[in-house]
Amino acid sequence: MMEQSALFEYVLRMSDDSLILAQRLGEWCGHGPILEEDIALTNISLDLIGQAISLYDLAADLEGKGRNHDQLAYMRYEQEYKNVLLVEQPNGDFAMTMLRQFFFDAFRLPLYEALMQSPVEQLAAIAAKSVKETRYHLKHSSEWVIRMGDGTDESHKRAQDAIDHLWRYTHELFYVDAIDHALLADGKIPNMETIQAKWMTTVTSILQEATLEIPKNNWKFEGGREGRHSEHMGYLLADLQYMQRAYPNMEW
Amino acid sequence: MVREVDILKILNEVNDPEIPVLTVLDLGVIQQIYLQEQYWIIELTPTYSGCPAMQQIEVDILAKLTEKGITNAKVKHVLSPAWTTDWISVEGRQKLRLYGIAPPVNEPNKSVLFSDPPKVACPKCNSHDTKMVSLFGSTACKAHYQCNTCKEPFDYFKCLK
Ligand SMILES: [Zn+2]
Repeated sequence: MMEQSALFEYVLRMSDDSLILAQRLGEWCGHGPILEEDIALTNISLDLIGQAISLYDLAADLEGKGRNHDQLAYMRYEQEYKNVLLVEQPNGDFAMTMLRQFFFDAFRLPLYEALMQSPVEQLAAIAAKSVKETRYHLKHSSEWVIRMGDGTDESHKRAQDAIDHLWRYTHELFYVDAIDHALLADGKIPNMETIQAKWMTTVTSILQEATLEIPKNNWKFEGGREGRHSEHMGYLLADLQYMQRAYPNMEW
Repeated sequence: MVREVDILKILNEVNDPEIPVLTVLDLGVIQQIYLQEQYWIIELTPTYSGCPAMQQIEVDILAKLTEKGITNAKVKHVLSPAWTTDWISVEGRQKLRLYGIAPPVNEPNKSVLFSDPPKVACPKCNSHDTKMVSLFGSTACKAHYQCNTCKEPFDYFKCLK
């Protein structure tokens, strides 16, 4: 029973990361810098929503309280969302959005690759499905990071500014607590240090190619995994939850 | 007495709502068909996690079966094994090309980082002198290309492995 609830919490964290980032990307719909990017960002958003649905379905099963994926996605309060602070940060300019995406994709890809080996069958199945989509996401975001970093003075500056701002939120991607320790001890999930090492390899090689630098400043912001969010989260949820709050249980 | 082959025949009349030249069998999204406690179970797997066509495909499958007198069917969504473009039939690939969509190109062991876009033949003039415009096209499963020879833009059905 203890393990079941740890697994619920673990899967919920992953679901929330996907959903909240998808919501942010969806805000670009109709506002992309070029038509192709408008379509790309919303396509990536759709993949993330699809992954979130599968993950919430699994979380709901694990919880066993009869909640469905819509209730988990739309009917919780801010403190009950366990996403990392990185994904709720505002879109900013295109560089900010793309760097946020790159840091996240570079984390998600090795995580999904490792979770494909999980003995939790449904989690392994979701990982095997999502890993294929995430490869395209990372390819897309990493190529934009290189293009902007190694582009004009203006694009380079904006990309570096985005890194300098977002870096403090990247450490939380590798947050672990008692929930992770329990699941790791049982061989249900991969070791986060391995994921972090792979993330660092990807980030280092892409930023180097992009002539961009990792900040010296090692400030760390965290709290999302425990439900303590930045001031942006409430506004995001107001948008995200509006329909379900105004018309509970609506469907279309 | 309804047999599995009868169900298959009916499913071959159900088309993908987004690429209507392909049947659900061409697309390779039907995993298994079996009888369980008086119900025909049709196992359906999504192409992409967020593909909005999946719900419509479920509705269309049940409607077509009902139309043919089979009312004891259910669609079951499965994730594993994960769909791959390898499951698009040979006939399906030909249909895609005629429809103006370049079928997936096999890209074995392609690395995620620092790799070039695949070489895709233009579905209109067959020229190999084409360029990728965007990795994401009109839907998640397609990329946007342009032919340098005949200048036509076209969709490329991305390889998913
Ligand atoms: Zn051509």
